[in-house]
Amino acid sequence: MLKIADVHANYGTASILRGVDLDVASGEVVGLLGRNGMGKTTLVRTCAGLAPPRLVQGEITFDGQPIHGLPSYQIGAQGIGLVPQGRHVFGSLTVLENLQVAARAAKDGDDGWTLDRVYGLFPRLKDRFNSRARNLSGGEQQMLAIGRALMTNPKMLLMDEPSEGLAPIVLGVIRQQLQELKTQGLSILLVEQSLGMAERLCDRLYILGEGGVIVWEGVPADLNADERAKRVHLGV
Amino acid sequence: MTGQTFLFQLLNGLSFAALLFFLASGFTLIFGLMRIVNLAHGGFYLVGGYVGLTVATATGNFWLGLLAAPLAIAAIGLFTERVLLRRIRGQELPEVLLTVGIAFVFADMSLEIWGGDPRSVPIPGFLRGGLDIGFMVYPRYRFFVIGCAVLVGVALFLAHSKTRIGAIVRAGVDDREMVSALGININKIFTGVFIVGALLAGVAGLIGGGLLSLVPGADTEILLYSLAVVIIGGLGSLPGAVVGSLIVGLADAFGRALLPDLSYFTLFAPMALILVVRPRGLLGRQ
Ligand SMILES: Nc1ncnc2c1ncn2[C@@H]1O[C@H](COP(=O)(O)OP(=O)(O)O)[C@@H](O)[C@H]1O
Ligand SMILES: [Mg+2]
Repeated sequence: MLKIADVHANYGTASILRGVDLDVASGEVVGLLGRNGMGKTTLVRTCAGLAPPRLVQGEITFDGQPIHGLPSYQIGAQGIGLVPQGRHVFGSLTVLENLQVAARAAKDGDDGWTLDRVYGLFPRLKDRFNSRARNLSGGEQQMLAIGRALMTNPKMLLMDEPSEGLAPIVLGVIRQQLQELKTQGLSILLVEQSLGMAERLCDRLYILGEGGVIVWEGVPADLNADERAKRVHLGV
Repeated sequence: MTGQTFLFQLLNGLSFAALLFFLASGFTLIFGLMRIVNLAHGGFYLVGGYVGLTVATATGNFWLGLLAAPLAIAAIGLFTERVLLRRIRGQELPEVLLTVGIAFVFADMSLEIWGGDPRSVPIPGFLRGGLDIGFMVYPRYRFFVIGCAVLVGVALFLAHSKTRIGAIVRAGVDDREMVSALGININKIFTGVFIVGALLAGVAGLIGGGLLSLVPGADTEILLYSLAVVIIGGLGSLPGAVVGSLIVGLADAFGRALLPDLSYFTLFAPMALILVVRPRGLLGRQ
């Protein structure tokens, strides 16, 4: 579904990614882990076509089509939904408006995401439909950011640190909601700093480490058993 | 000041506020979304007025002039945004310099085409003369200007706050990058908003040409007033444009009546005061 091959990306002249290879198969939930500042967000932004950073080498294909170099709105329209780090909900819009702005009909078939389906997954959003997004709690904003991405009827989600700054209890709720999305067959690239949320959710994991390259890949159980990799690459 | 002169100045203030709203609303929408301070907005006003005047005079029909002015300026706005501004998107200094340049080109070209004498737009018969409102008579045309501004204001408000496009524009003010990541071509939204802003300035030119006169320098003067409006009201805020227009329009009218020698002072002193208390304007994001 998403194939990242030998991606190099820079901010100005600072080279951040230096040959990243990663792929996500259809229906798969893949975790991208790594300590703060390793370049995870840089990779997400590169995939989503947001600048900066600038892709200087490598290829990104989605559904077999090259997408690197396309403007971000075309990448979004092709079915990559972004849940950015820091959520970036539209603060002055209501919850309902945030969802409506994003709404795009499903390409094929009728079982696409609708307002009702998003409210079904996140009942909290339905309760708060008329509140301005800036007045929501962190957890609610995170649900809104995910719901908003779903309203574009994506084939895949890029989620950048959805657990950042959330209380454990809220995190549990969101993890269950992501589990539900996984059951429904949505492909997800889930970025996290640590194993926590990714361990039970992800089919496979990558760790982005020093030097802007993938330093570890495998299944969650193997990482959990690999004390050295956890210590060196995740700092635990 | 007697009750009647008070009312007279009040209506003068309101009708000037109405004219300013046409300019300030577009100016503030463009700034809010695109972060461009469009200093060519006064040029859009003056050229719109001249084009409308020419058409209205040639056809003998004010309404054709009122149609031609916004169409012409919308086309100019389209060219300005698509061909000129897009190349330097996001670079603030070049953007401001470009709009200043356009303002100079407009000023020189209109001096060449329409000359330096003050011109005014011939207004239709039924809008001429005064309307008797019981205790005083006041120019009909000024009521017409106020009515137009209210109509346009309501339409803009509804489009901005109740439609999906309006929500996309507001979302773009919050976070342009995120709008585009949702698969929406924000460049089209930029173009649309710029055209609407230009179009409103063109309308203002023709309407203002029946209220004030069209003359070289009217572009910078109205731009100055519009800047005061959006600075007072809050850059990027549509309700701010309403409030700012009212404050500036009324301050100008009463200032001229009470302290004729200090008319700029009565305009800019409140602006300075408001900026001290609320640096981003009355309704701007604090
Ligand atoms: N806009 C930017 N301009 C310059 N450098 C940046 C920018 N954003 C991030 N960086 C740098 O790029 C590196 C990777 O950042 P990032 O991708 O955000 O890491 P992560 O998401 O893994 O925490 C960091 O060293 C960071 O300081
Ligand atoms: Mg990050």
